[in-house]
Amino acid sequence: MSEQVSASVPALRLEAIVKTFPGVRALDGVSFDVMPGEVHALMGENGAGKSTLMKVLGGIHQPDSGRIIVSETPVKMSSPLEAKHKGIVFIHQELSLAKELTVAENIYLGELPRKRFGLVDWQALFDKTNTILQRLKVGFDARTRVGDLSIANQQMVEIARALTHEAKAVIFDEPTASLTDAEKTVLFEVIDDLKSHGVGIIYISHRMEEIFKITDRISVLRDGQYRGTLETAETTEEDITQLMIGRKLDLTRHASDHELGEVALEVKGLSCGSLYKDISFKVRAGEVVGFYGLVGAGRTEIAETLFGLRTPTGGCIVLEGQEVEISSPVDAINLGISLVPENRKEQGLVLGMNCRDNMTLPQVSDLTAGPFVSDGAEIAIFDHYYDKLEIKTPSWKQQAGNLSGGNQQKIVIGKWLSMHPKVLIVDEPTRGIDVGSKSEIHKLIRDLASQGYAVVVISSEMPEVLQVSDRIVAMYSGRIMREFTSEEVTEDSLIQAISGLGDNSGQAA
Amino acid sequence: MAGGFSRSNIGGLLAKQGILIAFVIFMIGFTIANERFLAPENVMGVVRSSAILGVMALGVTFVVISGNLDLSVGSMMSFSTIVVLDLHDKIGPALAIPAMFAMTLCLGAFIGFLVGYLKLNSLIVTLGMLSAIHGLTLTYSGGKNMDIADKDGTWFAVFGQSSALGIPVPILIFGLLAAVLGMVLAKTPFGRKVYAVGGNGVAATFSGIRRARVVFTCYLLSAFCVATAGLIQASRSLGSQNTVGQGLELEVLAAVILGGASLLGGSGTIFKTIVGVLILGFIQNGLLLVGLQFYAQYVVTWVIIILAVWLDIAAKRGRLLSPIA
Repeated sequence: MSEQVSASVPALRLEAIVKTFPGVRALDGVSFDVMPGEVHALMGENGAGKSTLMKVLGGIHQPDSGRIIVSETPVKMSSPLEAKHKGIVFIHQELSLAKELTVAENIYLGELPRKRFGLVDWQALFDKTNTILQRLKVGFDARTRVGDLSIANQQMVEIARALTHEAKAVIFDEPTASLTDAEKTVLFEVIDDLKSHGVGIIYISHRMEEIFKITDRISVLRDGQYRGTLETAETTEEDITQLMIGRKLDLTRHASDHELGEVALEVKGLSCGSLYKDISFKVRAGEVVGFYGLVGAGRTEIAETLFGLRTPTGGCIVLEGQEVEISSPVDAINLGISLVPENRKEQGLVLGMNCRDNMTLPQVSDLTAGPFVSDGAEIAIFDHYYDKLEIKTPSWKQQAGNLSGGNQQKIVIGKWLSMHPKVLIVDEPTRGIDVGSKSEIHKLIRDLASQGYAVVVISSEMPEVLQVSDRIVAMYSGRIMREFTSEEVTEDSLIQAISGLGDNSGQAA
Repeated sequence: MAGGFSRSNIGGLLAKQGILIAFVIFMIGFTIANERFLAPENVMGVVRSSAILGVMALGVTFVVISGNLDLSVGSMMSFSTIVVLDLHDKIGPALAIPAMFAMTLCLGAFIGFLVGYLKLNSLIVTLGMLSAIHGLTLTYSGGKNMDIADKDGTWFAVFGQSSALGIPVPILIFGLLAAVLGMVLAKTPFGRKVYAVGGNGVAATFSGIRRARVVFTCYLLSAFCVATAGLIQASRSLGSQNTVGQGLELEVLAAVILGGASLLGGSGTIFKTIVGVLILGFIQNGLLLVGLQFYAQYVVTWVIIILAVWLDIAAKRGRLLSPIA
């Protein structure tokens, strides 16, 4: 329990919450409290019980024992709607908005103001909505169709929805996952505003900078157990990590100390409509080249072009000295280019399929004995990468969807390593992955380079690019602004380059 | 929790085998109501009359697992039946059969092209084809029923009417095709790709699977099964109306879903589809034996199907009603 003695009453208090599923004790006596006007971070590795706890708070799961207390009143919630009425509001990572409806309709869905005969009172609806939108200082109007808004603005709609009710506690689940830096700033202002209105905030995120920037206290879960609450001002990244994973993390840079090989991939003046223009770079065998830039800078689109998912409008791709044409993923795979895509769940894995079948998918046609897929050959491949990548799963029969994010990513990486590619492109290698697995994946990427793979890493996280890359390509708005070696790069120069401020030395006009 | 059956154990069993358990309950009910229900000749009769539906369901299983629908199989089956009967007298059965298969496969290829390569919505394409093929059949036959002139003098009756090793040929065909397609789905690279495309088409593309080709092949397989069903139907009756397959598309789909394939794609097996086909067959037969009027059967069959599917979903999510799916 919290040691702190405070005069005011917690906005939300959890007391010894226990929730078990057949065979798993998902939550084992979790207790902490959130004061009004406090931003309280909830941290823990994937599988630590954060999601289950949120489902308990949101009325989706019922706790086996323990109490949820909202402003001194113990509450029981049997549905998400009830949770909302009790003053607990969620801002989900995956937005749950009706895209075809207006902002106003989304905000008041289920509670639209009525006129006679049950008709909607549009004027009242738009007026009420605009009042809230003004408070959030957003640049769109109540009548805007939600589908026309950016992800960040859609998130604002969710927040606006939270404000229509007397929210006691607002829970943000990885809210910045798909936001640009400018959008984050706006989000943080809104969180400040909520704070000043005395709302208690639970903030779930894996991103340390944000945690240190905006939270007041940090509670940590591990294996379903409450591990303690830290005052943000008096703690360090290492303290939190240690509490989360029970060991120290290696956060040093891994510049390569091995000899680089021949140029494996060379891209010359590649363009694709308005997505990116005049892109040229080289990747040697044994080298990691990091692509850093804001969301929408064109990095993913370049990767998709190299993997045959987009057709370039100009320029050429040279693989081991040969100019190649890549018009489909099949071509790319045959040429030895592999892509670990940005979105693991939608592009990387068939979640309902078992781990082994996912891993062998690109080469299943070659793993045959007679007309049938050879069980033995498949298991041999799985076992090899299971050991090599230290994948944690009870067996290959486990559905990929049941694995944690880090292990899912390892399945995808194993899938492509088993194809023995010449060039491995990894797009956002650790998105949504907890810190422990993150450093394992970084180490893995370095290991691959030292084994002679040419690796391209695309990332929106600066520490990540800095840690894994030998060279860093900074992109802004579809163009390469600057290239850095790992010795010369500094955080400041990198930020300048990706904001379009850096000197674009010789690269683009 | 000492002792074999804890609550979660039973829950787990229900979740996995909900449909089978529902089936057993129906069977017990029918047997109590009429002891002839489980008599060998009745059982054989049910399996035999389910063979045509079953053959069609095999192909549709592939289409459904690949994440698509095929609502055209009913009218396509009418087409196959009419064509083979007509050609029988014109060019002889030995040529009529391959000609009919070729024509039916063309229809399948056309649908596969639209859904696979042009990426049109399969519900709309096959719903349209249901109607279009019906029109094609009527045009072909001029709206008349089709009959073989010399019903006693043709070996064509062998597919629908005779027996081998004491087993009716339609059951043999169904069993053989089920065994082959079961192996194709469960064991071959193609089968694996069907699951991948239906489970997550984007991820399949990102893994270098040619999604369009897989979908196309599924529709081709479905058309092959329909042609086989049409052959059995034609051979059994040696004459037919233009509407012989009408409504079968929904029964086939019901059997596939009843077996436990997900309409969203990515799951299902040939074995489950066979179970689904037999459940449907036995329920309809049971209702007849209980003395229900033929017309009332339409209603009761569907009530039972919805009940069974509901039980299945309820068992999977652990409660009968749920605020979220």
